[in-house]
Amino acid sequence: MPTVRLPGIGTAKAWRDAARACLRRRVAPEDVLWRYGDAAPDLFAGPSGAPGAPDAPGAPTGVTVPAAFVALADAVVWHRDPERFARLYALLWRVADRPAVMGDGGDPAVARLRAMEKAVRRCQEKMRAFVRFREIGRPDDARRRFAAWFEPTHHTVEPTAPFFARRFGDMDWCIVTPDRSAVFEDGRLRFEAGGAKPPLPEDAAEELWTTYFRSIFNPARLKVAAMRSGMPKKYWRNLPEAPSIPDLIAQAEARVAAMRRAAPTAPPPRAVRIAGSRKSG
Amino acid sequence: MARLTLQQKLAILSDAAKYDASCASSGGVRRDSRDGKGLGAHGGIGLCHAYAPDGRCISLLKILMTNFCIYDCAYCVNRISSNVPRARFSVDEVVLLTVEFYRRNYIEGLFLSSGIIKSPDATMADMVRIARTLREEERFRGYIHLKTIPGAARELIEQAGLYADRLSINVELPTDDSVRAYAPQKDPEAIRRAMATVRRRKEAATGRSHTGRRAQRFAPAGQSTQVIVGADGATDATILRASTRLYTAYRLNRVYYSAFSPIPDATARLPLVTPPLQREHRLYQADWLLRFYGFAVGEITSVARDGNLDLDIDPKLAWALAHRGLFPVDVNTADREMLLRVPGFGMTTVQRVLSTRRRRRVRYGDLLKMGAGLKKARPFITAPGWTPGRLTDSADLRARFAPPPEQLVLL
Repeated sequence: MPTVRLPGIGTAKAWRDAARACLRRRVAPEDVLWRYGDAAPDLFAGPSGAPGAPDAPGAPTGVTVPAAFVALADAVVWHRDPERFARLYALLWRVADRPAVMGDGGDPAVARLRAMEKAVRRCQEKMRAFVRFREIGRPDDARRRFAAWFEPTHHTVEPTAPFFARRFGDMDWCIVTPDRSAVFEDGRLRFEAGGAKPPLPEDAAEELWTTYFRSIFNPARLKVAAMRSGMPKKYWRNLPEAPSIPDLIAQAEARVAAMRRAAPTAPPPRAVRIAGSRKSG
Repeated sequence: MARLTLQQKLAILSDAAKYDASCASSGGVRRDSRDGKGLGAHGGIGLCHAYAPDGRCISLLKILMTNFCIYDCAYCVNRISSNVPRARFSVDEVVLLTVEFYRRNYIEGLFLSSGIIKSPDATMADMVRIARTLREEERFRGYIHLKTIPGAARELIEQAGLYADRLSINVELPTDDSVRAYAPQKDPEAIRRAMATVRRRKEAATGRSHTGRRAQRFAPAGQSTQVIVGADGATDATILRASTRLYTAYRLNRVYYSAFSPIPDATARLPLVTPPLQREHRLYQADWLLRFYGFAVGEITSVARDGNLDLDIDPKLAWALAHRGLFPVDVNTADREMLLRVPGFGMTTVQRVLSTRRRRRVRYGDLLKMGAGLKKARPFITAPGWTPGRLTDSADLRARFAPPPEQLVLL
C-alpha cells in the first residue's frame, strides 16, 4: 500500500501537495497510508513518498475545491489525532466530486473535521494568550532577548509562531515546546526540534504581573467555573500568576463580608477642604 | 508619608480600576512590528491573556493613572470622601509597566482611566501624554483604550483619539436624575458633549479630503460606555432605552453593564448588596438582541414585567413565549429574521441552516450538529422529523424552562 510520510515542519503544504498528487492519480482513501514525523516506518507499508503510479487517464491537471476546505485542512493537519490526514483525504475525495458537501451542516465527516478544526484554533488561541516570556538577554545586547516554555495540546507551534513574529518584531525570542521550538532572531523566524523545559532565569516582572492579577480580581463576583473554562487548569503550571488563584478563591468570601461589616467612615480632611474650595470657587 | 513602591502603586491603582467592566481589545486597524522598528501588533480581534477567579477576561493592563479624585460619586470606590489608600503613577511608570508587560505577552495593551485631579483638563492632558509617549517614543503598536474625562477640552479629546484605539466615557447611571442624585459634580450634558465630539471626529476621519488623502485615523476601535446596574432604582427598561439612545445618537460600539458590587469603605447612602449578576447577564443578552438579532427595544421591554427582564428565562425566550401565535416556524421556509427569533438558535446556527437549505432540506437531526439549542428551540420549530404538536401552546411551557420554584418545607 502506498505510504505518504509527512514532515513535522511544513506539514500543511506537504499534505496538500501529497493529497493533490493522490487525487490526480485517483488513489482511493482506503488505498493510502498517512504517516507523520520521524516515527519508525510501517512494516507493511510500501516505499515512502507520494504514490508513484501514473496519473489516471483523463485526470484533470489541477484540483479545485471550495476555499472552505483549504481553510479546514490548513488547521486540521496540526491536530494531534493520528488519523487526521486520512480523515482529510477521505473528505477531499468526496468534495472533489461534490463540492456542496462542505456547506452541509449535517454531514458527519464534515462535522467531525469541523470539531477538530475548532480544537486546533482554540489551541492556537490559548497559545497566543498563555505563552509567557522571560527576559534572558544582557544589558549590552543589541536587541532584547526573551524565551518561553509552553506545552500546547496540538502541533500548533508552527501555525501560531507568525503571530509572535508580527507582534515582537524588535526583539529576539524563542518558544520551546516538547515537540517543536520557534526561534526568532534578527527578524527571521525558524523552527527547530523541541526539547525539555529549559532553565529560564527569574524575571522580576512576574511579581508585578502577579500583583496586577491579584488586584484586578473582584472577590464579590467569584465565578470559578467561568475562569476555568477560559483558562483550563492544564495551562496553570506555566502561568506565573496561577499559583495565587487558590488563595484568591479561599479569601474571597471573607473579604466581601469584611466590606459589608465595615461601618461607614468619616470623609478624610482633604475631602472637606476641597469640597469647601469648590463651593466658594 | 513613605513613598510607595511601584508594586504598591500597581496594587492600589489596579484595585481601583476593577469596577470598569470593559477589557475588550477588539476592533480597530491592523498593524504590526514586522519591520523591527517597534513593539506590538493589533489584528482586530481581542485576546484574553488570563482569567481572574471572577471569570473575567484579562486582556489589557487596566489601571487608573491616579485614584485621587475631587468628585464624590456615591457608587465609586475612588470618591473623595472614601478613605481607601491613594496613589499616583508617573507617566514613565505607566509606560514602563505597559511595555514590560507587553513584551512578556501578558497583555494586549493599556486601558487607562483616572480619578479627576486638579481639573478635567489637567487630568486628560496627563493621560494624553502617556498615550503619546507610548506611541511616539516607545513606538508601541499594541492596543490603547483611554477614558475621556467628562468636561475635558475638545482639543484634548481630539488628541486622545489620535493615539488611542478606543475612547470611552462612562455614563454610569442611566438617567440624568440619577446622575444628579449620586454623582453631583458630574454633568450629564458634558458627558454627552464628549460623546458627540468623538462621534463627529470619527466620522470626519473616515472620509478623504478633496486631494484623496486619507484623514488621520481617529479612535478606530470606536467608543464605549458603562452603566452601573443596581445602584439606583432604574428598571431594565429604562437602562435598555438609554442604551438604544446611546447606540443611535453617538454610534457607540458597546454599552457595558456592570452589576453594582461591594466596594471598600462604601458610603452609607448605597447599602452593599450582592451584585445582581443574573440581572447583568440578562441585560447583556437583551443588548445582543438589539444589536444583532433585529429586535426593537420596545419588543424586549413589552414582555418585561414591571420594566424588568425575567431573571429565570432569557429575553428571547420570554418574547417567544409571549408571541406563540408566530410559532412554530418551518426551518426550511422561514426567513432569516424569523429564524433569528427562534429561542436556542444563535447567529451561527441560522447561518448554517440557510447555507444547508440552499442544497437540501434541513432535517430535525441536522439541527443538533449545527449547534442549535434544541431543548429551547423544540416548541418553536417544525422540520422533517419533528413537529411540536400542542407543545407550542401548552400552558406549562414557561415552567419547562424556568428553574423550579424553591421548595417550601414545614417548619
